[in-house]
Amino acid sequence: MSDTVIRNGRIIDPANGIDTLADLWIDDGKVAGIGQFTGDATHEIDATGQIVCPGLIDMHVHLREPGQEWKEDIESGSHAAIAGGITTFCCMPNTKPRLDHAGVLLQVIQRVREVGLCNIHPIAAVTMNLEGTQLTEMRELSRLGAVAFSDDGLPIWHAGIMRKALEYAASFDYLIIQHAEELQLTEKGCMNEGWVSTQLGVAGMPNEGEDCMIARDIMLTEKTGGRYHVAHISTAGAVDLVRAAQKRGARVSAEAAPHHFAMTEEALLGYNVDAKMSPPLRTEADRQAVIEGLRDGTITIIATDHAPHHEDDKRCGLSCAAFGIVGMETMLPVALELVHQHGLPLADVIAKMTCNPATLLGLDAGTLTIGSNADLCIFDSEQTWGLDKNSLFSKSRNTPWHGQTMTGRVTHTLKNGRTVFAHGVIHD
Amino acid sequence: MKLQHLFGIAQLNKEQIHYLINMGDAFIELSKRPIKKAPTLRGKTIINLFFENSTRTRTSFEIAGKRLSADVINISASTSATSKGETLLDTAQTLAAMQPHVLVIRHSLAGTCEFLAEHLRETAIVNAGDGAHEHPTQILTDLLTLKHSIGDVAGKTMTIVGDISHSRVARSHLLAAKILGYHVRVVAPKTLLPSKVENYGCEVFHDFDAAIAGSDILYMLRVQTERLTSNCCFPSIREYHEAYGLNKKRLARANADCVVMHPGPMNRGVEIASDIADGAHSRILNQVEHGVAVRMAVLTAMCDLRFNAHDLPSNPDKRGTL
Ligand SMILES: [Zn+2]
Repeated sequence: MSDTVIRNGRIIDPANGIDTLADLWIDDGKVAGIGQFTGDATHEIDATGQIVCPGLIDMHVHLREPGQEWKEDIESGSHAAIAGGITTFCCMPNTKPRLDHAGVLLQVIQRVREVGLCNIHPIAAVTMNLEGTQLTEMRELSRLGAVAFSDDGLPIWHAGIMRKALEYAASFDYLIIQHAEELQLTEKGCMNEGWVSTQLGVAGMPNEGEDCMIARDIMLTEKTGGRYHVAHISTAGAVDLVRAAQKRGARVSAEAAPHHFAMTEEALLGYNVDAKMSPPLRTEADRQAVIEGLRDGTITIIATDHAPHHEDDKRCGLSCAAFGIVGMETMLPVALELVHQHGLPLADVIAKMTCNPATLLGLDAGTLTIGSNADLCIFDSEQTWGLDKNSLFSKSRNTPWHGQTMTGRVTHTLKNGRTVFAHGVIHD
Repeated sequence: MKLQHLFGIAQLNKEQIHYLINMGDAFIELSKRPIKKAPTLRGKTIINLFFENSTRTRTSFEIAGKRLSADVINISASTSATSKGETLLDTAQTLAAMQPHVLVIRHSLAGTCEFLAEHLRETAIVNAGDGAHEHPTQILTDLLTLKHSIGDVAGKTMTIVGDISHSRVARSHLLAAKILGYHVRVVAPKTLLPSKVENYGCEVFHDFDAAIAGSDILYMLRVQTERLTSNCCFPSIREYHEAYGLNKKRLARANADCVVMHPGPMNRGVEIASDIADGAHSRILNQVEHGVAVRMAVLTAMCDLRFNAHDLPSNPDKRGTL
């Protein structure tokens, strides 16, 4: 007697090269088999016409716990994740206090365990209080569960400190994730610098603000032998830099956020504060370059940069509004645009949200290998639905897709074999 | 070939190193006598010119000179003319004009001894440590200690742990290792390794635990605690201790007869645990004792115009040569 059988779905497991119509069954919270199920099962899910893939991974999420729980906490963030088919995600260290020492890290890990809906892996700070002057105790933070290091929200701006951080991390094979932004170039900017910012009369953030820091970091990465990951890559120049570095054999990787391959700066017209984020939405040429990077494998990961903000932080005019949008509940349908509109293979797109980030971060997740944890996402890739920001499970409402029609919908999310989300309802 | 100055290990050959070690060995006994005095350097003047604080090295040179009956004068930077705006060269030339036989110099700038030697033709210069360049008398000291502890160092493995990039001791050992045929492993994160250190012919480790097995000598460098964290070479002293501190558990993985060395002064509980510093494997106090003997040998060699690589004593251990 098996616990659960998922019948007749199109099972896609990029890690194992599987794309087949079959049943998948689960015993003791593990994937027990893929094929023709002939036994009995306690629970049954009919996945006819649906896709069954590993639970999605989002390696770039800002939870606001501890410190700003009115925007998001570990529980509401977990709800948003499983509603989006995400069973594993990484939380960034720019909480208050920062994830820069063992005490706070352990507090988060303890809370994650209590909530228990998702695997949440902390990314710890590179420098104390994200100030860019003193390294964190990376060895201890890594031992306790940090899977990578980043000052995200802020860049590691000082070239000398970045070099030391890469050297120190390289000594122990840790990954450094950079929010690439040359602050002297982006100072006071609230959107991409270009024709739209000119028309709106607001200060812009030029592509070079991102590109020159990535160029610098790639040089330092190659010098130090470190591992470097570009968060939320958004410019054509940056994609070229990463591609060239990879060709030379540098240990450089990149992630793209759904908004950067789905939208452009035009979304800001009308002073839309829910389209304000950093790095900003760029031009159509940049968007196409990001899609090309996703297509040719330069960009191996899709991650949302889920950044919840309260209305109060957004309703203060474009120039003053907080940077960031929520993204976990829209990751899959927006990513599917790459398949529907740009012709990327579905298995490739799923890989960028499952096994690719798992491999980069060394996570035990992102595959349907027999015996692995039965973390699953079941979705209908064709179903259309209207996004209402007031129906989000996140505590925050800052999405640019409000009122838009999405194609592709998560119907079930399973964590360790248990159905934690089904047809719009959380089961916690 | 006459050895006019002692700038570093780099200028020495195998015979000269052995000569100095063996002469130092012969001097050990002098310090154990009830009357610790020999007339070897009577009438010689030695100036210890220290621009960097170093009680132990200065004292070691001072005792070495005095036990051999030399007149020893100590000048430290804080009391010297340099604090009144005199240049380094003026200071050295002024002192040289008083015609000492030997000028022992410690300076934070690498290359100070070579620079001064260009201008002081009559005075022998001994490097007592220059920046992150060389510290030859420390290495000769260590080699004498190793001669007593493990015999011939050729083929042995010395594992040097800590801030390699700022260490003159590490550099001098890396040079001596090539000349004498011992093997060096350097252990540090990349933040504390100088560029292309592997060109010395050493093995490079970031993981101390991986480097310990097979080590005959564990050489723990002093951590400059302020420097370590202020320029982002390391997150904290406690993480340094966790990653690179020598404790019982780690020592147990080295060779059973492994010896532990440290050039001093130690940060107990940081780079080395107290029970190891004071334990059976430690040769740290032997290093201090042998430091005086080796410096006697170096000062003697500098004052002895007949000192010559081909002029090896027939029996260096014979006490009578004193
Ligand atoms: Zn960021």
